[in-house]
Amino acid sequence: MADVDTKTPLLEVKNLVKHFPITRGITKRVIGAVKAVDDISFTIEQGKTFALVGESGCGKTTASRCILRGVEPTSGEINFLNRDGEIVDVTEVPRAPLRELRRDMQMVFQDPFGSLNPRMSLLDIVGEPLLVHGMVDVQERADRVAELMRLVGLRPEYMRRFPHAFSGGERQRIGIARALALNPRLIIADEPVSALDVSVQAQVINLLQDLQEQLGLTYVFVAHDLSVVRHISDTIAVMYVGKIVESGTVADIFTNPKHPYTSALLQSVPIPDPRARKARFVLEGEVANPANPPSGCYFHPRCPNKVEKCVTEAPQLEEIESNHFVSCHRAKELDLQGLVASSK
Amino acid sequence: MVDKLLSVENLKTYFPTDEGVVKAVDGVTFDIEPGKTLGIVGESGCGKSTVGRSLLQIIDHPGKIIDGQVHFQSESAGGLVDLAQEKPGSPLMRQVRGGEIALVFQEPMTSFSPVHTVGNQVVEAIQLHMDVSKKIAMARAEELFELVGIPNPRSRLNEYAYQLSGGLRQRAMIAMALSADPKLLIADEPTTALDVTTQAQILELLKTLQKQNNMAILMITHNLGVIAEMADDVVVMYLGKGVEVGNIDDIFHDPQHPYTQGLLRSIPSIYTEGEGRLPSIKGTIPHPFNRPSGCTFRTRCPDYIQGECNTAIPQLQTVGNTKRTVSCFKVHPRKEEVAANG
Repeated sequence: MADVDTKTPLLEVKNLVKHFPITRGITKRVIGAVKAVDDISFTIEQGKTFALVGESGCGKTTASRCILRGVEPTSGEINFLNRDGEIVDVTEVPRAPLRELRRDMQMVFQDPFGSLNPRMSLLDIVGEPLLVHGMVDVQERADRVAELMRLVGLRPEYMRRFPHAFSGGERQRIGIARALALNPRLIIADEPVSALDVSVQAQVINLLQDLQEQLGLTYVFVAHDLSVVRHISDTIAVMYVGKIVESGTVADIFTNPKHPYTSALLQSVPIPDPRARKARFVLEGEVANPANPPSGCYFHPRCPNKVEKCVTEAPQLEEIESNHFVSCHRAKELDLQGLVASSK
Repeated sequence: MVDKLLSVENLKTYFPTDEGVVKAVDGVTFDIEPGKTLGIVGESGCGKSTVGRSLLQIIDHPGKIIDGQVHFQSESAGGLVDLAQEKPGSPLMRQVRGGEIALVFQEPMTSFSPVHTVGNQVVEAIQLHMDVSKKIAMARAEELFELVGIPNPRSRLNEYAYQLSGGLRQRAMIAMALSADPKLLIADEPTTALDVTTQAQILELLKTLQKQNNMAILMITHNLGVIAEMADDVVVMYLGKGVEVGNIDDIFHDPQHPYTQGLLRSIPSIYTEGEGRLPSIKGTIPHPFNRPSGCTFRTRCPDYIQGECNTAIPQLQTVGNTKRTVSCFKVHPRKEEVAANG
């Protein structure tokens, strides 16, 4: 890897938009759009973990897939620092060089059962990216697969087995090995541990952290489990109906939230401690429809702190403290509750 | 001493298959008092859902209760009955099921019929247990929808399941379960498919309804947070067995079984940033046909005692003078001399 200034962010996403058209009739007339990702921006430093959190349908998965153009973005810039130290806009890269660029960015999927082809052996699954990228020699490939399997804590002897012979946690390790095959620098992990049992989840989280340390990986971590997010990430963006409502460091978001939605989200998490039981604030209503979002601030119909301005005017994401961005008209005046451990 | 509503003793439900017998539930014992919440917590495949289904005799084929008792204080039978002895189709079982004991499923999308309106499905449930006309049943359904916090109950009754969001569907499911005023509600992962803010709403709803109706809840979940929030007593299950049973505070603040301890340690704290590695339980859950001899947890246990844990099966025994029971040879050494030394 070329000498790269470690201060330059690995990824800078600017005004990313993804609209899915809603069509009607045989002419496929476009009658509207689902604004899955609606103008979001964020940067990720090298070797750090950035988490996208939010409830189902908020666009966090779509946003993460836009980064490697698994989903073609509608507009926006995705500036990625490649291994030669040049900044390239992923959205502008033509097909052939994009394939080359994708060596550097790989995905780990949520469902360890659906994301592995049941008819392929481990050798084929983990070796496929190698084959696609020109490693045609069978022996060479098998050696690399063995190395990868050891790296993720699987026994290389098992490489001729098929996915059904493995448990959920082991399958997730296979998915990680496949993602690591091409020595990527950015891993996009979409809910990598949410399908796993608690006892196994911890093993996979540890593995992800060990790999980050060993290989200097950068993670985009898409998740809804906030305790996992707090454990693993450096910076967080909270999404609501296609927009980032708040972003900042882990400590800022968890202890000093400035957006009412972030605060409500934190208060909603059931704490695994019966002594922490309390009458909690419960957020009313339901997530807005991204095809037909409310006026003004999308969160206003559920917001306990709304004022008239929220109904008419959409707030912009503003930096209210260093590296702490919030999109709320009342961000500076509200005193919101974060998560602070009750005295034990 | 409070009268127990339900008392399960050494329940065993096995699934004989061509490849061998799956011991889904292999000895579970617990009591539920009226108006209280018992949580069953465990990982996938530990048999927690099968326990709930066994109580109602709706076990999937070829599963069968092969041993144990399920004593239930039944109004329709006028006293204590052993539900484990009843045939699934017996008149008493049909009265109890959905009447005195109701069930809320995990997946609200698939547990409603997609071709009937939710209103008609609730009405069907009401008419099964009460001798009323459809009109009265419909009015009752509307009341129930209002009770569980569904906005515009009248128009929602005429909608199909696909028209409702996940949270509303789960509310409709709860309304249906409440239709016959059950004494016990079995909630099998009622919030697992929901987002956290919706989950918080549903949990609050269940607590309110429980207070109003003095209803007992059997909460089956893998989420320790939900258990900590809801339960009075907890059964921790591992591979079909209850390994530790006790009140909520003991289980969370003074766990005795190595599995309970490991489970609690492996959840990352939401209060602090990650510092170093998470303590995890080594290995994976064994395959149902390949369970270890002796204590089934021994292959993953940090406190494994060679010659003890692999030779005999530990039984649930009380800890000190408390009501808590644990099945572990570390807590209850087998031999007298071991006890003297340790």
